Amino acid sequence: MSDNQGPVWEVFVQKKAGQPFVHCGSLHAFDKEMALQNARDLYTRRSEGMSLWVVPSNAITASSPEDQGPFFESANDKVYRHPTFYQIPDAIGHM
Amino acid sequence: MTTQEALFKYTLRLGDTNLILGQRLSEWTGHGPFLEEDLALTNIALDIIGTANSLLEYAASVENKERTADDLAFHRNDRQYYNLQITELPNGDYARTIVRQALIDCFDLYFYQELAKSKDETLSGIANKSIREVTYHLRHTSSWIERFGDGTEDSHNKAQTALNELWQYTGELFEMNEVDEVLIKEGVAVDLNIVKQKWEKHISELFQKSTLVIPENVFMQTGSRKCIHTEHLAFILAEMQALPRMYPDAKW
Repeated sequence: MSDNQGPVWEVFVQKKAGQPFVHCGSLHAFDKEMALQNARDLYTRRSEGMSLWVVPSNAITASSPEDQGPFFESANDKVYRHPTFYQIPDAIGHM
Repeated sequence: MTTQEALFKYTLRLGDTNLILGQRLSEWTGHGPFLEEDLALTNIALDIIGTANSLLEYAASVENKERTADDLAFHRNDRQYYNLQITELPNGDYARTIVRQALIDCFDLYFYQELAKSKDETLSGIANKSIREVTYHLRHTSSWIERFGDGTEDSHNKAQTALNELWQYTGELFEMNEVDEVLIKEGVAVDLNIVKQKWEKHISELFQKSTLVIPENVFMQTGSRKCIHTEHLAFILAEMQALPRMYPDAKW
């Protein structure tokens, strides 16, 4: 196998029309078309989806572990942001 | 030649070509240039073996002599095989494998489009299923042809060498004999002249776009319609058939 396998891409699969694209993994490819074809071969060969996104991994900006406190923990004591103080009619079902 | 004999030989020819090509391609499994491409080619090989299985099962039922698809695959020797010679050639480097595959994918696409119109429902069914698979195979191999041809000097030279060496085996794709004549009259077989026109146009556009040159005035190899093969077929059969021949009653 070659040492140079190309840049890394992230793969998102949509199961059915209208549903969100869900991240399912990553792969190597040298260009967009190859990334799309490899995604098809790696992640949809057992009928997992009907639409694909591939995104160069370096195009994704991620929060870092150090951000955890300032980013997320201050939400912990603000339970009023959850709609748990309302009665949800049964007809609406699971929100 | 009766229609039944012709249909048996025709289906066997298609089945053998797919079986040997699928077997050859699967030699790359675990040895591909990188993981993703290894899986892609293995997928293609698996599609082709699947088609071979459907065709050989149909051949066995047409023959109606209590031979199964497995008997046809594992208990005939090289002088009883009808596969195209191009399929039995060694894989060579990756450029060579891909050039061969693109030549065959393109042929298969137009061939199955015609076979889908066959009056034989089993053959048209197999063709319809295969069109979708082959469309993807061709897309995959075409994009590699472009990358090789228009890539580095090394990749260009490897692809051009492969094309120069393989071109002499493309004449066989379009050979027709009594089998074809009998079945074309019945509306069952494909007139390969129609496929040839479309194939030549598509292939010349693909290679031109990839800056590769199709060799001219090439002597075309022939023989597979009469079960005459290169020295490579006997070896691939020996490997493929070793187990069922050594243990005829083995179950798996």
